[in-house]
Amino acid sequence: MSIKGTAFIVGIYEHPTRKAVGISLPQIHAEVAKGALDDAGLSLSDVDAYFCAGDAPGLGGLSMVDYLGLDVKHVDATETGGSSYIVHVNHAAQAIAAGKCRVALITLAGKPRTGGAAPGRGAMAVVPPDSAFEAPFKPSVLNIYAMCAQRHMYEYGTTSEQLAWIKVAASHHAQHNPHAMLRNVVTVEDVVNSPLVADPLHRLDCCIISDGGGALVVVAPEVATSLKRPKVRVLGAGESIKHMRGGKVDLTYSAGVKSAADAFDEAQVARSDIKYVSVYDSFTITVLMQLEDIGFCEKGKGGAFVADGNLISGTGKLPFNTDGGGLCSNHPGNRGGMTKVIEAVRQLRGEAHAAVQVPNCDLALAHGTGGFLGTRHGSATVIMERV
Amino acid sequence: MTDQLSELPVADIASEPYWEAARNGSLLLKHCDDCDETHYYPRPICPFCMSSNTSWIEASGSGLIYSWSVERRAPEPYAIAFVSLPEGPTILTAIVNADLDTLAIGQSVTLGFETRDDQPVPVFSPA
Repeated sequence: MSIKGTAFIVGIYEHPTRKAVGISLPQIHAEVAKGALDDAGLSLSDVDAYFCAGDAPGLGGLSMVDYLGLDVKHVDATETGGSSYIVHVNHAAQAIAAGKCRVALITLAGKPRTGGAAPGRGAMAVVPPDSAFEAPFKPSVLNIYAMCAQRHMYEYGTTSEQLAWIKVAASHHAQHNPHAMLRNVVTVEDVVNSPLVADPLHRLDCCIISDGGGALVVVAPEVATSLKRPKVRVLGAGESIKHMRGGKVDLTYSAGVKSAADAFDEAQVARSDIKYVSVYDSFTITVLMQLEDIGFCEKGKGGAFVADGNLISGTGKLPFNTDGGGLCSNHPGNRGGMTKVIEAVRQLRGEAHAAVQVPNCDLALAHGTGGFLGTRHGSATVIMERV
Repeated sequence: MTDQLSELPVADIASEPYWEAARNGSLLLKHCDDCDETHYYPRPICPFCMSSNTSWIEASGSGLIYSWSVERRAPEPYAIAFVSLPEGPTILTAIVNADLDTLAIGQSVTLGFETRDDQPVPVFSPA
């Protein structure tokens, strides 16, 4: 069974808040759920499937299904960190293709600035088996991703200046987003001269910490046809987990190699056909490695690929994260996958900001890597087309 | 705000020999007597072939830095690293008693132990 063409993304909503003072976590889930259903032209009673990840309060989806007042026959609380919501699009399409549901709601909310969990700290009911052998060395999201950058530089000669171009491109896009936390355009010099936070990453190589949330509505073809909204069809998707492989550690690639290969196999489109990419930008190195792993350039050539504005909409060959991404706009709950799908859908609908809208954007890709890039992480890829 | 995974080390029944050896200053790895792979962190069932026929072997104590970073924001900056052991596995560890500004991939390091969270854990220093 393939999911190609079996599901459509008809509703998107990104919460405008970046600092959710006076709004509870479940309330953000409800606000984004309503926003995405309104966007689709659907209502609460239309929803028959709910998807959430570890940011949702309660046991799996149980509490949120209750809080939202949903009546569902399919639930999925797959947790792969910030890439979860891209996985959910894949799973929603699978469930729709299998006839298990027709209208799937996916929500994300987070409040790291106003009382929520710090980066990298998901809810873990049971201590994982790796903890005793790793936690004493104080791994953090920063130093674990930084070690991937360190190794990439060693293997391929990638430079801090090349990584900086990723942040520069994001900032060029963020200047047009009134909701973005950081709207100032920065230069390569600004990035490499910002304080070193975890060698070789600088402060401006890192995403921001913000509150917020987002939601998606994924539906069966007959539902999409009945709505008045632009249609974005899911063409292919893939997901994979990469870990430390019993000690056979290789920091030069991510699980995105597999997730992207599967997505392209399913979609039957070429890398060169993709007009726009959303790529999870927890750190600049995350973007660089993922672009290589998706196959937009050869492994090791990511530095040259992202340099000189190649990711800037209007000037570069591969416009990315035109909302400013996690590096500049927002990073709700320290989970970047949701907003990656949302901006890709905006591009396909022609609803991105005019200054960053990619002309005739008929094919887009959203990709994310959640968890810890250097130890264990989950990657997911979804390819979408405008119909 | 902290972004560290600061769970206390947990010595379960399967890894107790590992912690007992650590208290005596040696680092144990797990070797599979069926597929001949050595893995880390140690598990009773081999992650390469699912055999239960695994046994403990002692690491020689030498290693090479595979990658490293220094957490500069911490009150006391510290080095974390992946160190490749001659026995096969590359392990997550810390580099201590070192000039944090001169660490390098490929650098030779030597095993030692430090007590963290009331447990002796393997760390490495420049050879």
